[in-house]
Amino acid sequence: MSIVQLNISLADDDEDDRLFFKEVIDDVKMDTALSLFNDGQELMRYLLKPDLILPNLIFLDLNMPIKNGMQCLREIRGNKKFKDVIIAIYSTSSSENDIEDTFVEGANIYINKPNSFKKLTEVVEKVLQINWQYQTSNLNKENFLFRI
Amino acid sequence: MNFFVKYDLNILGRVAIAQVLEELALDYRIKSLGEIEIVESLDIDSRTLLADKLAVFGIAIVDDEKTALVQRIKLTIDTLIKDKEGISVKLSVYLSNVLNYSYAYLSNLFSELTHTSIENYVILCKVDYVKELIGTSNLTLTEIAFRLHYSSVAHLSGQFKKTTGLTPSSFQKILKKRKERLE
Repeated sequence: MSIVQLNISLADDDEDDRLFFKEVIDDVKMDTALSLFNDGQELMRYLLKPDLILPNLIFLDLNMPIKNGMQCLREIRGNKKFKDVIIAIYSTSSSENDIEDTFVEGANIYINKPNSFKKLTEVVEKVLQINWQYQTSNLNKENFLFRI
Repeated sequence: MNFFVKYDLNILGRVAIAQVLEELALDYRIKSLGEIEIVESLDIDSRTLLADKLAVFGIAIVDDEKTALVQRIKLTIDTLIKDKEGISVKLSVYLSNVLNYSYAYLSNLFSELTHTSIENYVILCKVDYVKELIGTSNLTLTEIAFRLHYSSVAHLSGQFKKTTGLTPSSFQKILKKRKERLE
């Protein structure tokens, strides 16, 4: 399987974090298309559009107004249409319970939001690399669990 | 009722390919490492038909030679990791002998096309296999370490933690809770 372009979505209510993330993605040496959402409800409305080209990878903030990341995660994992979509939780919380709960609910990656541009670049590059390998190799997606 | 299955992707792939080729009445031979030889040459229509039928199983025909070689490197590594016997030579020597290219060439090509190095890919595959064994077998971590030729359980746990950010036991706990949720 070859990926021509990697479709990425990010839902985060913090405008600075969204811009920061966009800058990092623009710098990465991979062909990507990024869609940004201000909260979980916006993301879910987008995902449920008919004929949408599904994202390969969704970055989800946990604490968002209207619809939080955990609710989005449950809705996405409850819908067979999204079974191949990789979900990365992108949160400031480093509570062991939050981390375990999101994995149990079907998240693939848990990222603690880094506080520097350099660190975020490293983290995003690592996530994209691992994701690439899972999309193009004989690796078992059922066991796609990483904490970064 | 719910039940769990485990499967071997290599076997699934072979069976699916054989089924498609037989359906199209092609005289074929499945060589190792994802290479297939067919006696007749295909015109564009038959080739498209073959590609469509394989696509149902998520199998794609690799057209370009570099991508095909990267695929062979990956398959050689996958097979090797799951082989109980292991190899007595270094991986770089082994790959170079099996694939008939210098390791420097293979290594550069791999990094160029997959966004990662052969060494990182090997670690990712080994950890993936450890995850699979933790989830589907009754082997202890010590037995898994021995089977995958780690020098010790500590080495396995260290590499697992460094690669996945989780300890083998927290990974196991998550898998268990996921299964409980499904029941």
